[in-house]
Amino acid sequence: MLSYLAKRLAGFVPLLLGISFVSFMVMALAPGNPVDLMTDMNPKASPESRIQLEKYYGLDRPIHVQYGLWLNRIVHGDLGTSFSRDRRPVLDKILEALPITLMLNAIELALILALAIPIGIYSAARQYSFGDRVTTVLLFVGFAMPSFWLALLAMTLFGVHLDLLPISGLRSLDYDSMTTLGKVGDRLAHLALPIGASVVTGLAGMSRYMRSSMLEVLRQDYVQTARAKGLSERVVLLRHALRNALLPVVTLLGMSIPGLIGGSAISETIFAIPGMGRLFFTGVMARDYPVVMGILLFGAVLTLLGNLLADMLYIVVDPRLRKR
Amino acid sequence: MGVGSERRLAAALALLLLTGGCARDESAPPATGANPAAATAEEAAQPARGDAIVFGTVGDASTLIPMLASDSASHEYAGNIFDGLVAYDKTLSFLEPRLAEKWDVEDGGQRITFHLRRDVKWTDGVPFTARDVEFGFNLIRDPATLTAYSEDYKQVQSFEVIDDWTFRVVYEKPFAPALSTWGSLVVLPRHLLEGKNINETDFGQHPVGLGSHIFESWERNTRFTLRANPDYYRGRPWIERVVYRVIPDESTQFLELKAGGLDMMGLTPLQYSRQTSTPVFARDFRKYRYVSNAYTYLGYNLEDPRFADVRVRRAFSHAINKQEIVDAVLFGLGRPSEGPYRPGTAWINDELPAYAYDPGKARALLAEAGWKDGDGDGIVEKDGKPFFFRILTNQNEQRLKAATMIQRRLRDVGVEASVRVLEWSAFINDFIDKRRFEAIVLGWSLSLDPDQYDIWHSSKTGYKQFNFVGYKNPEVDDLLEKGRRTFDEAERKRIYDRLQVILWEDQPYTFLYVPEATPIVAARFHGIEEAPAGISWNFPFWYVPKGEQKYVVTR
Repeated sequence: MLSYLAKRLAGFVPLLLGISFVSFMVMALAPGNPVDLMTDMNPKASPESRIQLEKYYGLDRPIHVQYGLWLNRIVHGDLGTSFSRDRRPVLDKILEALPITLMLNAIELALILALAIPIGIYSAARQYSFGDRVTTVLLFVGFAMPSFWLALLAMTLFGVHLDLLPISGLRSLDYDSMTTLGKVGDRLAHLALPIGASVVTGLAGMSRYMRSSMLEVLRQDYVQTARAKGLSERVVLLRHALRNALLPVVTLLGMSIPGLIGGSAISETIFAIPGMGRLFFTGVMARDYPVVMGILLFGAVLTLLGNLLADMLYIVVDPRLRKR
Repeated sequence: MGVGSERRLAAALALLLLTGGCARDESAPPATGANPAAATAEEAAQPARGDAIVFGTVGDASTLIPMLASDSASHEYAGNIFDGLVAYDKTLSFLEPRLAEKWDVEDGGQRITFHLRRDVKWTDGVPFTARDVEFGFNLIRDPATLTAYSEDYKQVQSFEVIDDWTFRVVYEKPFAPALSTWGSLVVLPRHLLEGKNINETDFGQHPVGLGSHIFESWERNTRFTLRANPDYYRGRPWIERVVYRVIPDESTQFLELKAGGLDMMGLTPLQYSRQTSTPVFARDFRKYRYVSNAYTYLGYNLEDPRFADVRVRRAFSHAINKQEIVDAVLFGLGRPSEGPYRPGTAWINDELPAYAYDPGKARALLAEAGWKDGDGDGIVEKDGKPFFFRILTNQNEQRLKAATMIQRRLRDVGVEASVRVLEWSAFINDFIDKRRFEAIVLGWSLSLDPDQYDIWHSSKTGYKQFNFVGYKNPEVDDLLEKGRRTFDEAERKRIYDRLQVILWEDQPYTFLYVPEATPIVAARFHGIEEAPAGISWNFPFWYVPKGEQKYVVTR
């Protein structure tokens, strides 16, 4: 087990090198560089100031040298400084945005699981019943709805017409003068709409997986056996069938771990949330190479770790794999 | 970055506009109200201190050092913190005193002596002197300083401090835009920045200024807060606190406005004309509209033999229905444009007639240029080749709509155009810079000085320069050179009037429209006076009467 782990981890090094090299090159291939965006179509900007800026950012060097320099910094544990004129460390920017996105996504994922698993079980156990059909239709309506559209409708209804919930941001203007309880309430109120909107649109995937995986398991012989033994339907479903049905869900969960740090640029834009999605999006638009590379690297590491974790979880939940 | 060019250029102007202030009463004491307009219009509502104003901004600032910033939010935030030596008046026609109380222009403009106010202090208590300006001036000219704005200051031959409140600049040649360049770009506190690397310092993250407001806090990508400067040399602002909320989406901003989370935003034409006419809006908000400092044009690649023929360009200008574009794209919130100057300012040549929408005339001009429909397929040909070309534009919905309407109108006169939309960087790098275009729909937003050397002079057609359509006219070159060397206003006006006549005849662009700015402000704010400069020019002197105040501001 340990040697397996070590082998997997060692395999990450060439993978990360490859990922970072390809990302760096793709980014460099995209037209325009950060200096263009500062000087293009600005008659006040002289050609000299362009050259000077390019030199300052090291963009005058060949691309492989730029990559080498970047890699060298990374190896020394430095993600570099943003190309934006604030010249702040990339790590600071990521650490500012990360907790916000992480919190949102974790709550979202927990809510989705808490709702999707029971819905999936119910739909599978009562396949083609009226309840199954209704939930199916509702889930697909949620799935098909563009999340930004749903978000805007919810903002209009709850924020403007009913005046119940704040529309955007994470805190009120007078947050600092609130009591502790008030602060918690304010936080939760601000989270309600963004989380609500993505739960509605994200519920379908997970619950359909749960349903089909449960249906698959319910057709197995051992379930038949359990029923034949005279076990109650409840025990059959929750003790015998559910455990095996959860396997694909675990895979999904593992795959959604890197997703935890990748915020949705659309949702964060609409709700004015300064998370990872917006950081990445504005970084790409401004050709802020260090920020973009920093986030990609973070994402790559987490994706690899997530895959590893999913594999480990398999071993935990599936006894058949333990023998090997 | 869709609206890149305008945003960034508008940014440079924002310095001037946002620091703009009360023109008539320079010495107004803070206690008696600095805004004379308020007294007549709203007698019942007495100016009072307090309350806060919450602005929405689509993007956060990067640095608050104006000379380093290249985005509009940075310039907008910083405009509250710093001030210029001079600023445009509310009619945008002349420069009026700010930190400089007067100036002498000598030797036909080659020498300018500035006399600074003696009562201005940085908000940390240190007096503002000519040494600060000298410091800022040297800094912006320093090749190591990463600024996009050094060009204007490189025209200066010498900078001489005469005493703490007087300095003299000598130009190599008279440079008419010179005076207007002494805005807030070069006003920086020497005592805090001397000896520091301006590119790396964190001064831009928590600056000390001398403007109407004092930096208070900055929560990145979320909120930026300022408070009134009690010692502001033009009088303490009434509104105690200014908050910018970063809300990237315009629809969200609009919902926040409706819910009371924002006090002011710029409306889209759709929001202005269709979504804000309810009685609730009429009660809670005031809408404003005025001509903005930008225009949109159809530019031709003049190296393309088809567009090198002026008759073809004129034909296009007659074929395009500009009013129709204004009505459809801007919901009527704009004006057809006939030249590169802003309507309503002193520089525009009002005598030029419009290029009337006249398809018949367009067809006749095309025929005269040799473009006739010989094979009856509805498309004109010349030497057997049908007139087909492509219009490029960036991802900007208004421009795309305008291009589509142009396409339709050109089809009426037998010219087949296609439209292609490109991402901004690709558009600039791969198409504009490499001259790989036949025609483009783009926009300019220009500084308030009439000098447009960079856009029309034949020497500015190089790589990454701004005469990318390749316009070359010796008389225009001559006028542009003369215009920037002439200080006499009447003489300058004659020069730029003539320039507009030639541009009108040559049609290197078909000027399409000038959009209007359409801000909306919560009704509790009084003292707002709409002028050619917009509404923000006297922002430090807006106020909320006691009974209408919404926020309790505590320190």
